[in-house]
Amino acid sequence: MPLKIFGDWRLKKVEQASPLKTVVITLISICLGLLFSALLLLFTGNDPGEIYGDIVFASVGSAYGWSETLVEMTPLALCALGVSVAFRMKLWNIGAEGQFYMGAFGATFCALHFPNLSQWILLPLMFVAALICGGIWGLIPAIPKALWNVNETISTLLLNYIAISWVAYLVFGPWKDPSGNNFPLTAAFSNNASIPSIGGTRISYAIILVAVFAVVLFLLLRHSKWGYEIRVSGSSRKAAEYAGMNYVRNILVVLFISGAISGIAGMTEVSGVLHKLQQSISPGYGYTAIIIALLGRLNPLSIVLVSFLMGGLVVGGYDLQTLGFPSSISSMFQGAILFFVLAGELFCNYRLVRKEVQA
Amino acid sequence: MIPMAEMVGITKEFPGIKANDNVSFSAYEGEIHALLGENGAGKSTLMSVLTGLYKPDAGSLKIQGKRTDLSSPKDAVNCGIGMVHQHFKLVQPFTVAENIMLSMKNLKQIYNRAEIEKQIVEQSEKFGLTIDPRAKVWQLSVGQQQRLEIVKLLLQGAKILILDEPTAVLTPQEAEALYTTLRRMAKNGRAIIIISHKMTEVMENADRITVLRDGKSIGTVRTQETNENELAKMMVGRDISEVIKKPVQKDGKEILSLREVSVFGINRAPLLKDISLEIHAGEILGVAGVDGNGQRELADVVAGMRVASEGKVMLLGQDCTRSGRKKRIQMGVGYVPEDRMTTGLVTNLNAYENVALKEYRNQPGPFISWKKIIQYSKSLIKKFDVRLASAQNPVKMMSGGNIQKLLLAREISSEPKLIIAVYPMRGLDIGAMNYVKQLLIEQSEKGRAVLLILEDLEDLFSMSDHIAVLHGGEIMGVVDPSETTREKIGLMMAGRREVDIHAS
Repeated sequence: MPLKIFGDWRLKKVEQASPLKTVVITLISICLGLLFSALLLLFTGNDPGEIYGDIVFASVGSAYGWSETLVEMTPLALCALGVSVAFRMKLWNIGAEGQFYMGAFGATFCALHFPNLSQWILLPLMFVAALICGGIWGLIPAIPKALWNVNETISTLLLNYIAISWVAYLVFGPWKDPSGNNFPLTAAFSNNASIPSIGGTRISYAIILVAVFAVVLFLLLRHSKWGYEIRVSGSSRKAAEYAGMNYVRNILVVLFISGAISGIAGMTEVSGVLHKLQQSISPGYGYTAIIIALLGRLNPLSIVLVSFLMGGLVVGGYDLQTLGFPSSISSMFQGAILFFVLAGELFCNYRLVRKEVQA
Repeated sequence: MIPMAEMVGITKEFPGIKANDNVSFSAYEGEIHALLGENGAGKSTLMSVLTGLYKPDAGSLKIQGKRTDLSSPKDAVNCGIGMVHQHFKLVQPFTVAENIMLSMKNLKQIYNRAEIEKQIVEQSEKFGLTIDPRAKVWQLSVGQQQRLEIVKLLLQGAKILILDEPTAVLTPQEAEALYTTLRRMAKNGRAIIIISHKMTEVMENADRITVLRDGKSIGTVRTQETNENELAKMMVGRDISEVIKKPVQKDGKEILSLREVSVFGINRAPLLKDISLEIHAGEILGVAGVDGNGQRELADVVAGMRVASEGKVMLLGQDCTRSGRKKRIQMGVGYVPEDRMTTGLVTNLNAYENVALKEYRNQPGPFISWKKIIQYSKSLIKKFDVRLASAQNPVKMMSGGNIQKLLLAREISSEPKLIIAVYPMRGLDIGAMNYVKQLLIEQSEKGRAVLLILEDLEDLFSMSDHIAVLHGGEIMGVVDPSETTREKIGLMMAGRREVDIHAS
């Protein structure tokens, strides 16, 4: 039944939106989100044009900007790919932040305990440790979800705080660098424990992982039996059980993989960018990842693209901070864009029609 | 005589479909007027207009001769129009009286419960509807809940009562009692409208019958001046073939055997109790019973979606009580579940992806070749004549009959040894129904065993080799359809055991 909106305007359901229409609607929504943010900037007495110009210049206006954007993009894209796996099965894992911290913890453990191992052994070891730690952090909420249907949204969220506090405890306590002037940091990683950078930039080779994960996930989700099971399970648990799929096992596997990918993101950050563990290693990558996954409509390839845009926004936000703006400014942009994109989805499924008034 | 309700030239359009096209309809005081038509003929839409739920695009409505515009269901109630929906609108944890109070127009902030309870008893006894106002709704049987819905309408002062498929959930005996009550209410100055697609029932109980087809009114006839053949022709628009009859099968190999299978729910309440039965190759075992007496659990236990708490499930002589759904699929159990939209199919996936639900396991390795699946799907779609606009569209956009065809096509083509079909004809039009019947009979002729759970006794009689009757999760008896009557089955559905019936 057409939904009455205002006066004689009605919403009418359309069969299915074409891909082109979906893209156009998304782009328009993003523009509206930026326009809305511009209004807020105007109200606070700033010139939106100038600020947007700054952001663009800071993120892609110079070689340094490009490199910073790609540095920010790596953890964002990995975390977003991680949560998107869970979202495919309608498991709302919003614990990427915690899984990221636990991955960083696992990698740092290996880096600090075996600093002299050869790079070819140590880096894979850190990779596996991060994968397992992040994975377990995803698995913990999966068990009560699978057995007693405990809401994973809450449990994954709460586990974030535990992970962040655990890392804080380590860097303030047992892992604090004795020669670090009492700063809450570990000692710098040995060269063997660091992912090398590309050329003279800050970009580490970990960015290759983004491409690898995106392509592998794309192929798995689309062409593997497992990807198909995830899709069916996400649509209807009853249908999955009817088809003889092991729904409970799939919950465990999916949340483990989801957490593992975010954990690997944690490793790339401490080993590829920071070269040490510190109290704050993420400006909320795990949360921004949720926005990215949704904006990318859970498609691994679009997620990489959106991560690049969001990475640019984060870099632009840092730049604005140096000009005296609060750090929350880039969160505001993200929020506004997500809000308009989600609202815009309505127009993918409905069409606004004007109905003639009946006599 | 002025009709109590008169609808003239009602047209109601939904995106892509004219649900009602210039339909005229009237109901007089003292009559039971049946609205007959196949699913999707527009019966429910027409009644939704009469109850103020939909606003017609064209046409007018007169209540007791007065032109009326209903803009909400509340308006309709104020005009004395009330409806008992197929799915009751009751609050389960509330008592009968509390449910009735919810719908009372002039309930004061401070009310006298005893007074209201007295009123309920008075009103209901006037029509022979005994009901305890203090009973909680969840404790009532389906028949009692229906009575409560009717009492609710009477206390609202309804003069025009509409009942949507009122006998779908009743035993034949309960249905008879219902019609006695309705007849009494009609005599008492009310108009009763019955929505139905069961011809026999309408012929026995209605005074007049209006037939709808494809949203159009085909005509209104007096029951005394018509017969079933004429009605069927009006409903379908052509002569329907005679009853489909299954040829009797010789004894085949035993395919399925249940031995004293019980299933317990929460609090160890038995959902199935000591069920023992066998199905042989080439045999159709029909299961009769009022909906909700263990049919779903029986199907789930055989299909492997539920584990038997006690007893043994044997397939082809192999004990598979403990094996899950996946194993049963591999052993050749095809399952057409009751809930095809959420269990049998994934409605937001397309036709190919739904065919893959069973087929994907047959491919080697961890990957799926969609090319092969699409090829296979295309052959199924062609062979079973599934009509779809595009196989890329989600299946929820297909019509009910085609959805069922797709599901049956998938289950039957996987070459099962045993097919479980739960209400496979529910919600289909006569054409699709006959197709499904034919298909299932064909399968049994090919030597497959069929466990067929149905609500329609006529179909059970014509299709089954044996009929098992379920009541409260127990088998009341297994009978040969050629040696029993509808009445006997009806008694067993109401809880009498076969042996007791013979003794009396």
